[in-house]
Amino acid sequence: MTDIATMPQPVSFGRRVKRFMADRPLIPLIILLIILVVILQILRPGIVNERWLANTAKFAIPLAILAGCQTMTMLTGGIDLSVGTVATMSAFIMATQIVNQDPTVAFLLAMLPAVLIGLVNGIGVGVFRVHPLIMTLGTSLIGTGFLQVYQRTVIASGAKIPDFLNWLGTGVTYGFPNALLLFVPVAVLIVFTLNRTGFGRLLYAVGDNERAARLSGVRYWQVITALYVLSSLLAGITGLLYIGLIKAPSLSLAEPLVLPSVAAAVIGGTSIFGGRGGYTGTIIGALILTVLTTLLTILQMPEGGRRILFGFIVLFVTAAYLRIVEDR
Amino acid sequence: MTTNPLPQNPLLDATGVAKNYGAVAALRNASLSVLPGEVHALMGANGAGKSTLVKILTGAINADAGRILIRGQQLDVRSPAAARRAGLLPVYQEPSLIPDLDVLSNLRLTRTPVEPFRAWVRELGIPNLDIRDTARDIPLAILRVLDLARALAVEPDVLLLDEMTAALPANLAEKVLEVVRRQGDAGRSVIFISHRFVEISALCDRATVLRDGSTVGVVDIEPGVEERIVEMMLGTRIEKTRVGARTANDVAAASGGRPRLSVRNLQLGTKLNDVSFDLANGEVVGVFALEGQGQDELFAALAGSIRPTGGTIDVDGAPVKFSHPSDAIQAGIAYVPGDRTEALAMQRSVRENIALPFSAGLRKWGPIRMRREQVVVSGAIGRLQIDTRAQGEVQRLSGGNQQKVTIARWIAANARTILCFDPTRGIDVGTKQEIYKLLRELAGQGKSVLFYTSEMEEVQRVCDRVIVIFGGRVVDTFSVEEADEPALMRAAYGLPRGARADVGILADVRPASDAEAAS
Repeated sequence: MTDIATMPQPVSFGRRVKRFMADRPLIPLIILLIILVVILQILRPGIVNERWLANTAKFAIPLAILAGCQTMTMLTGGIDLSVGTVATMSAFIMATQIVNQDPTVAFLLAMLPAVLIGLVNGIGVGVFRVHPLIMTLGTSLIGTGFLQVYQRTVIASGAKIPDFLNWLGTGVTYGFPNALLLFVPVAVLIVFTLNRTGFGRLLYAVGDNERAARLSGVRYWQVITALYVLSSLLAGITGLLYIGLIKAPSLSLAEPLVLPSVAAAVIGGTSIFGGRGGYTGTIIGALILTVLTTLLTILQMPEGGRRILFGFIVLFVTAAYLRIVEDR
Repeated sequence: MTTNPLPQNPLLDATGVAKNYGAVAALRNASLSVLPGEVHALMGANGAGKSTLVKILTGAINADAGRILIRGQQLDVRSPAAARRAGLLPVYQEPSLIPDLDVLSNLRLTRTPVEPFRAWVRELGIPNLDIRDTARDIPLAILRVLDLARALAVEPDVLLLDEMTAALPANLAEKVLEVVRRQGDAGRSVIFISHRFVEISALCDRATVLRDGSTVGVVDIEPGVEERIVEMMLGTRIEKTRVGARTANDVAAASGGRPRLSVRNLQLGTKLNDVSFDLANGEVVGVFALEGQGQDELFAALAGSIRPTGGTIDVDGAPVKFSHPSDAIQAGIAYVPGDRTEALAMQRSVRENIALPFSAGLRKWGPIRMRREQVVVSGAIGRLQIDTRAQGEVQRLSGGNQQKVTIARWIAANARTILCFDPTRGIDVGTKQEIYKLLRELAGQGKSVLFYTSEMEEVQRVCDRVIVIFGGRVVDTFSVEEADEPALMRAAYGLPRGARADVGILADVRPASDAEAAS
């Protein structure tokens, strides 16, 4: 019995291209991104300049970090729908506590709900085996409820955006958005964690075959709890960045980013069934979605039409991408 | 064989039945002929083709060749429903009631008449069943009896019972056997699949014996016939296989010191009963058993996957309690499951799969020392000669190479004890040889191996000793010199060692049941 995969067989050009794409799944994504930018440039000549690039990066970064949360949870076969609420809570608490608290205290207070929600998610999914979709949706609703209660208590003191977050969210230095100072380390950390640490290995292993991981001595609940806490922390930090960008604290601040963050991870090639994917693809996925949004905005379509088109394009891109990359 | 010429025409007559799965022939030339009013045993060792034949008869799968006649009519059983219409009804080992429905709804689903069902349930020794109970809340043993009652209630011409008494407590098993016996007396036929000679002798009129997918004999059940049945199941393989030569080194390693693993009175529900044995350093102990005799549970308990309900496990003389596989791994005990899909992350690389246990502990979640890992992993890959041309994803590897990866993981982790559950199932001959050699080498290095196998010849190739499990008990222990195939086969069927036909269990049972029939 010889190994089928290694049997020499004549390969057509189309198949070779497919093989190539399957081995380097980033390439079709980058090609798609370039095509979108070119279309944009054709529709509105001159729009692609330094300022546009900086702006695109600024809006893509919060999406990309939240999509990082989705990437990591999806690798284990899960999902984290509470990232929107967590980001909103951190942002809202930061903006209201900074008014009469020390910045460090305000920061710690802002990250507290993130840790708590992450812990509850992790224990719910890892120990009690609640489906991640339901678990994170539930904690998301609970978090929103608490935020509404909290809002009444601080209604008198008002809110302000700390200067530092303002600088981080919107500032540009030498043509580079300051948000990159946060994003580059975060991205490096996520990529490193996934590829070069024991924890990252376990995320893939648990998502691919939980039973095999168990037989190798992996305790599922530990991995899952740590994962959801990490995901929540990242979401909380994203919230702080995002409030610096949007500058208007509200109770649904980051909510519109949740589903695009899932879409960015899926477009980026992470399998929703677990075990497959990576963060670099997700970053490009977030960029693609951001450029796509710009593109649809300048078409000056009514909002409804834009959404319909956005949905169709996301579906089409994902389906096409999986067809290209899946080599079987 | 010695079939008495009986006047009746067979109720069910299957001849020349064959079934191939790809290149593997599950059935070559099976035949089975059941007379009206007969309880007919279907026997064969592991992999002889019993379950394939049963599935074909009940329409669960279709045969590639062969002819099935029911009451002389050629029949095309293409689906379970068709088999049912033809009067053939199976009761499988797995309970078939839908867990979330109550018993009554389950009956309606199969259009089973309720009153006869109730009568049979009472008959089978369950006086107070509430048919409004949800199936999920009913214990397994009762569910199996309900399955039987449900089959009896529709009065099938041929009832097909697969290991009907397995997992039943003695009192229920007795009732079941009694009812089955009366079915025969009432003129209906029963095909009775069992590994237990005691039941077969008490119950059956004739037996059909399968070996390697073919029917090798039909015998009347009479005192002393169990020896002939064992011979038939073994076929020509009775001559002793050569014991693999052990070097002086191996023998030296195996002797001396306290046992590496010492199991005493291990108990696990109804599956394991009072299992005790030792595993020394440098020793390969074989476990031989027919399917479902408790070997799965034994390995799971030793691997920390399930908790035993009683008994003790000592590692290096110190008692241990495993609540998770990681506890067993901590104690240096690694489990290689028979099913590769249970052990491998199929979409991940060979390297990641081998290195998986390294990252398992909380303290090892940090950065991986890639260079060192590379050295350890390639050492294990080299030792097992894994073909790494397709190492990007384990699922692209051949079955044999996948199996090697599951073992290489524990070579890399330097586990002191390896529990191998049928590691050579479904892999090519060359790889099998390599695995035998590897296991011997491990023993030579002072490691210990517990080796369950479903192929008797492997015992001779690999093991120093072999324990035989039957019905959740260790029924015998052989040194490799004694463990020839007839001895193993007899022990696996629960036959006492060295017993001859005239003192065989059939001799005790048959007169009793005859006397009963006469009164």
